[in-house]
Amino acid sequence: MHVLTANWSTYWQGFVGTVELTAVSAALALVLGVLIAGFRVSPVPALRAFGTVWVTILRNTPLTLLFFIVVLGLPRFGISLPFFTFAVLALGCYTSAFICEALRSGINTVPLGQGEAARSLGMTFGQTLALVVLPQAARAVVAPVGSLLIALAKNSAIAGSFSVVELLGTYRTINELGYDIVWTFVWIAVGYLVLTLAISALFNLLERKAAVAR
Amino acid sequence: MSSTAEASALYDLPGPRARGRHRLYGFGALLGIAGLLAWLGYELVSTGQFSAAKWIPFQYVGIQELLWHGLLNTLRAFGLTVLLALPFGALFAAGRLSDHRVVRWASTLVVEFFRAMPLLVMIFFIFVAMRVQPLWALVAGLTLYNGSVLAEVFRAGVLAVPRGQREAAYALGLRKTQVMAYVLVPQANRAMLPSIVSQLVVALKDTSLGFLITYEEFLHAGKLIATNLDYDLPFIPVVMVIAPVYIGMCLLLSWLAGAIERHGRRSPRQ
Repeated sequence: MHVLTANWSTYWQGFVGTVELTAVSAALALVLGVLIAGFRVSPVPALRAFGTVWVTILRNTPLTLLFFIVVLGLPRFGISLPFFTFAVLALGCYTSAFICEALRSGINTVPLGQGEAARSLGMTFGQTLALVVLPQAARAVVAPVGSLLIALAKNSAIAGSFSVVELLGTYRTINELGYDIVWTFVWIAVGYLVLTLAISALFNLLERKAAVAR
Repeated sequence: MSSTAEASALYDLPGPRARGRHRLYGFGALLGIAGLLAWLGYELVSTGQFSAAKWIPFQYVGIQELLWHGLLNTLRAFGLTVLLALPFGALFAAGRLSDHRVVRWASTLVVEFFRAMPLLVMIFFIFVAMRVQPLWALVAGLTLYNGSVLAEVFRAGVLAVPRGQREAAYALGLRKTQVMAYVLVPQANRAMLPSIVSQLVVALKDTSLGFLITYEEFLHAGKLIATNLDYDLPFIPVVMVIAPVYIGMCLLLSWLAGAIERHGRRSPRQ
């Protein structure tokens, strides 16, 4: 307990940093994921190919390597951004590939007849997508997207090993002051558990709301 | 790259006019992507990334050996993780399926805890607080995390075997261990193998976390070369060598998972 009370501001800043990093990266990942999933189910072959390449590369590259590329590589091109932005880019792009695949499989679970019915009613492509297909697909993807966002919150720890703006990174500051390292880690672990449990509670709620009444 | 257009809930099979329109969209998209790549290529050339000087390091035997040892160390950590995580997963899956409440609760606690904790926090804890060597800190962290995920995969697989199979086995007078070993596990195995291999892809990617605790694996070797001032900081060449190797290894494992799945789908009764 002493480790926590004596370093409360460092710890709290780290926790808030993790929450911010997770939230902003999640927003980027969702936007990119929806966009690329749109590409992957599009009737245009070139867009489908682009989506496939995006997903294949990002799903098979270690996140650490992505951080390595973004944090050390982009500055070589004269692109210097705050570390937070770099971390959001790496985490957001990486997670977008997984979210895209979850969405794509969700869209594919919508029965063909639903789209056919929409077309025979004279709905346009956009109306079919927005009013018929996506609402049904969304129900199917609540649970997988929830676990992807929990994975994102946990993966944000990798950012902490490059910089101290994040919960795991705070161990260095606290350690240098000579506090018990085991307890430092215990409290860091508690911080992550609180965050992941909060996300999982939120998605359990969403899942119950989205459940189809039988 | 991707299969030909199929009908989906979103659209019918495109007719000749729609196909023409799609070709037009596709052409536009290709132009956009080509423009981006051209810009990237221009930036790369103008910052001298393709100058011979940046690629010289790869000619040195020492550098090649460094990369090779890095790759071997990556594979060593991965191999040890596979060897340890599979038994760990099997043990805790059995624990979660146990009839004894205490065993079941304890296993649930262990599995849920290690699944919820960021892998890197565990690795850092083992490395920094418990002062374990980098290789074993990495392997221990990877085993605890992937083993816990595998335990859930195993448990789901065993529970997915139709109940009648278990009931029939008990009716024949088999004991619990026999039911598990002769009836449930062999059937569950077929269904689970693709998920197990997919989880191993995750483990393979996560070995690169070793880089952060100074384990001398592939990415670590890459960083050593990329930040070497003597070779004019060949960052892009290093990424162009390292990234395809990681992607290739992961694709190979994914392909294996797909092959096993296709193999498993063939019914033995045909």
